[in-house]
Amino acid sequence: MGAPAVKIAVCIKRTPDSESRFRIASSGVAIDEAGLKFDIDDFAGYAVEAALQINEKGGGGETVVVAVGPDSVQESLRKAMSMGADRAVQLKVDSVPADGLAVAKALAAELKDGGYDLILFGKHAFDTSAGVVGTATAELLGLPCVTAVSQLDVASGRGSARRELEGAAELVEFPLPAVVTIDEGVARPRYPSLKGIMAAKKKPLESKPAQLGAVRVSVQKAELPPERPAGRIIGEGASAVPELVRLLQSEAKVL
Amino acid sequence: MANVLVYAETRGAALRKLALEAVTAARALADASGGGEVHALVAGPSGVGAASEQLGAYGADVVYVVEHAALSNFERESIAATLADRAKQGGYRAVVLGFSTQGRDLGPRLAVKLDAPIASDVTEINVAGDAIVVKHPGYANKVLVTLTLSGSLVVLSVRPGAITAKQAARSARVESIQPAVDPSASRVVVKQVVEGAKGRPDLGEAPVIVAGGRGLKAAENFKLVEELADAFGNAAVGATRAVTDDGWRPHSDQIGQTGRQVSPQLYVAIGISGAIQHLAGMRTSKTIVAINKDKDAPIFKVADYGIVGDVLEVVPALTTAVKAARASH
Repeated sequence: MGAPAVKIAVCIKRTPDSESRFRIASSGVAIDEAGLKFDIDDFAGYAVEAALQINEKGGGGETVVVAVGPDSVQESLRKAMSMGADRAVQLKVDSVPADGLAVAKALAAELKDGGYDLILFGKHAFDTSAGVVGTATAELLGLPCVTAVSQLDVASGRGSARRELEGAAELVEFPLPAVVTIDEGVARPRYPSLKGIMAAKKKPLESKPAQLGAVRVSVQKAELPPERPAGRIIGEGASAVPELVRLLQSEAKVL
Repeated sequence: MANVLVYAETRGAALRKLALEAVTAARALADASGGGEVHALVAGPSGVGAASEQLGAYGADVVYVVEHAALSNFERESIAATLADRAKQGGYRAVVLGFSTQGRDLGPRLAVKLDAPIASDVTEINVAGDAIVVKHPGYANKVLVTLTLSGSLVVLSVRPGAITAKQAARSARVESIQPAVDPSASRVVVKQVVEGAKGRPDLGEAPVIVAGGRGLKAAENFKLVEELADAFGNAAVGATRAVTDDGWRPHSDQIGQTGRQVSPQLYVAIGISGAIQHLAGMRTSKTIVAINKDKDAPIFKVADYGIVGDVLEVVPALTTAVKAARASH
């Protein structure tokens, strides 16, 4: 006897490889994307994996990946489908605005009549680390929201989760439908298999305009922060400790 | 002239440091908006109103106190509704929060309830005509972004540690208000709280952080990190992702791009090579000390003071020296 099928939407963002060395574009308001590797954002990848595992365990169900983005986001949507998601929706924009509320409005408009039991997000995306869109989407939809979840289970129309706090955690329960934002700790995202990659080519990817509404937050300037002064090695082994303590006291004044 | 509403976050019944930083940011914003008032809202169990005096000392003109037994837990649905209710009373230019677990949760809820644009994790707030202009370090602190927010009311959350709390003495008027929504009626029910390390400050607030990596070689050697933290007296303990993945330390101790982002006065990296994932979480620390056996480890590129050596030998010596230094003054 399996659990009832669960319909899950996973909202993903496409972000550059976090290990990149960034340059500023000539516009002065964005990073230069030339030469950067883009992929599903780390936390959104965990969210895709969490959704797939819930539906594999429960049997049946459906996992739909949704993204606001230009056409380049289709590659990320295809990748999520090659991992196992059933279909994808692109909410098309020329570029993703810095206004998280506008993005959430576009997602809520798409999701509100979708009949989803669970809507997953990454806890935040690498580029902004703002974590606005998931919680704002929940609020727009009037759904319960659990953020920074490192373990997630669904059974009999209820969810249970471990929510990470600052230096502590909570075990919580909540009714479905609900919005959950995913932290590390759920299983690592799987690599798409060759079979998965082939299957994803035939899965439906629907593209439609995003209903962003007014965009009221915009980037005025992007710049590289000042570099830290070059590091210095003050000595080797325990014999360097007195010099370190002296510097912490007299120069850094932190001791 | 416009007023600024600020959420004064508490832990237990005590104000958090980031609450005073948020009040300082709100004070500066109100002053820059033509000399409005700062209204702070503090919520918690009975007795939390005692924080009002301190909020006044840091620049609050009015303190709204929401006391309810069920608010001993952070009841986000109720607090968000209460803040939004207050903000709708009108005359506010901005709602300011700390970018903490609580602020991350409340900010987007408020943005929706007030239909106000939001900027998160900001390190600087300025007024430019009708717009509010903020700075936000994005891309794991590798790109500094300046954002412009239009709209007559905005929601801003301030990065902990980015703004220094400053006294600006006011004798705040205190007003008690009721929660807008019953705090015991949350749809998300907390079944159990799993406490982290006791007796140490939180990573987000500690002036000193001692963090350990794989270079410690074994989980039991992490006690060297604990002992050094004890020697400093006011230090929190952190770890790299490799260490938390291996289960030497809980996930909540992880510092890095996928863990906590910290900027203490002093960061001591022990047996940490300095992977980009880790640097993203601590490179904004004021002073960085690194102890590592590999002189080519990337951590030494950002360390103000590096010692090349075996952590099992250097760290106990440092612990003894720090104890002696602290005992002598």
